[in-house]
Amino acid sequence: MITKSLHKRESELAYSKRQLEILSNGIFKNGDLPIFSKKIAETNQFPLKAKKLEILQINVGYMCNQVCEHCHVDAGPDRKEIMTKETMLQCLEVIKKTGAHTLDLTGGAPEMNPNFRWFVDEASKIGVKDFIVRSNLTIIKSNKKFSDLPAFFKSHNIHVVSSMPHWTRGKTDKQRGFGVFNQSIEALKELNSIGYGIPESDLRLDLVYNPSGAFLPGNQASLEKDFKKALFEDFNIHFHHLFAITNLPISRFLDYLIASDNYEDYMYSLVEAYNPTAVKNVMCTNTLSVSWDGNLYDCDFNQMLELPINSKIKHISEYNEDLLFNRNIVISQHCYGCTAGSGSSCQGTLA
Amino acid sequence: MQKTYYDPADLKKFGKISDWNEELGKKFFDYYSKVFEEGALTEREKSLIALAVAHTIQCPYCIDAYTGDGLQRGITKEEMMEALHVAAAIRGGASLVHGVQMMNKVNKLDM
Ligand code: SF4
Ligand code: SF4
Repeated sequence: MITKSLHKRESELAYSKRQLEILSNGIFKNGDLPIFSKKIAETNQFPLKAKKLEILQINVGYMCNQVCEHCHVDAGPDRKEIMTKETMLQCLEVIKKTGAHTLDLTGGAPEMNPNFRWFVDEASKIGVKDFIVRSNLTIIKSNKKFSDLPAFFKSHNIHVVSSMPHWTRGKTDKQRGFGVFNQSIEALKELNSIGYGIPESDLRLDLVYNPSGAFLPGNQASLEKDFKKALFEDFNIHFHHLFAITNLPISRFLDYLIASDNYEDYMYSLVEAYNPTAVKNVMCTNTLSVSWDGNLYDCDFNQMLELPINSKIKHISEYNEDLLFNRNIVISQHCYGCTAGSGSSCQGTLA
Repeated sequence: MQKTYYDPADLKKFGKISDWNEELGKKFFDYYSKVFEEGALTEREKSLIALAVAHTIQCPYCIDAYTGDGLQRGITKEEMMEALHVAAAIRGGASLVHGVQMMNKVNKLDM
């Protein structure tokens, strides 16, 4: 079980440059597999273009109480990158004028940002149609000061989206750490008890499923059925939807793939499962990602790979939605993770 | 000619069997995908049956395919191993049940 981020371990994979090299060399350089731009060009989908902005995703910091093995953020307690109040104020200005209907706060554990609650208060006042917080569930149980989070979420009508890699303890703890399963179950019960995730309730609670290994997620609808049945029968737990998300070959998941000698097979399976229909709706076409220091990216993955947005506008302080519209999306081979099978995004499958 | 009888890369070429007989190949793959659709049994149950049968016929391609398929469906390793024991019990039982034939014969011939 890992306890430190790649950054703390000073692993070479902590460097985005190194990750991008790996993704461009080997099987892609020697032509065994086509590079992503070539693949999408086959169906005239190159270059990928940004459509109307619908989702503003803000990463408020890489600090997290967990150190999950598959984490594409390389998050953990040892990461110190945290969004300042000043940058948050700039984000609030943008939230006031954006045409996006969804605000999506992520991290790390977003709740660990000392100004998290203030930021949620302020953003709520502006009025956001769908206000998502990606909460890892265990944070609620990790420290007394977080135990009132469910009530806080409820008072702001937050749409809670939480990770749950499996409905059994073994698989969950293997990916996310010992004890994570029990704590997550406790947190879900608490959320249920105040109305979150109950059928017909407006307090939305969705779960995210990532495969716990070097394989792709199965069919989202049948996984949702299995999760619902098991969590209800075993623990009396309800939730609304399950998003099945493919692990992208970057950061800690890339490290795992290489260390377990699965990298090439995994890339083959992503490319084999390539689905041109999923390309139309990849997340970057309607989402913009803001990093803890206010820089703009096409998606959270590009943020971690430090692939800046292809626009004159690079920072939240210079924000201009009209100028960002129709920009070319910055892509590399990790993008195959978004287009495999039924496709994958922070909101689940695409096609 | 390849040096080993089995090559994992050949699994991906399964579809090529249609190249030499398109009509029958197509009929087979249509049938195959229909069989695995949800019916009276769920796709999950069918995947576990396939895994058990794969071990019974000891087909490395099928073992590869249905182990991966099971993981994608969230089937646990405990469930997979139990399915294998069902296959093993039937296989072992099939040998042993013939022991009755042996016993009958011995009883008939022995004084
Ligand atoms: S996957 Fe989520 S919960 Fe796990 S370490 Fe990364 S940010 Fe934290
Ligand atoms: S990884 Fe990012 S840029 Fe690439 S397809 Fe997915 S959302 Fe778009």
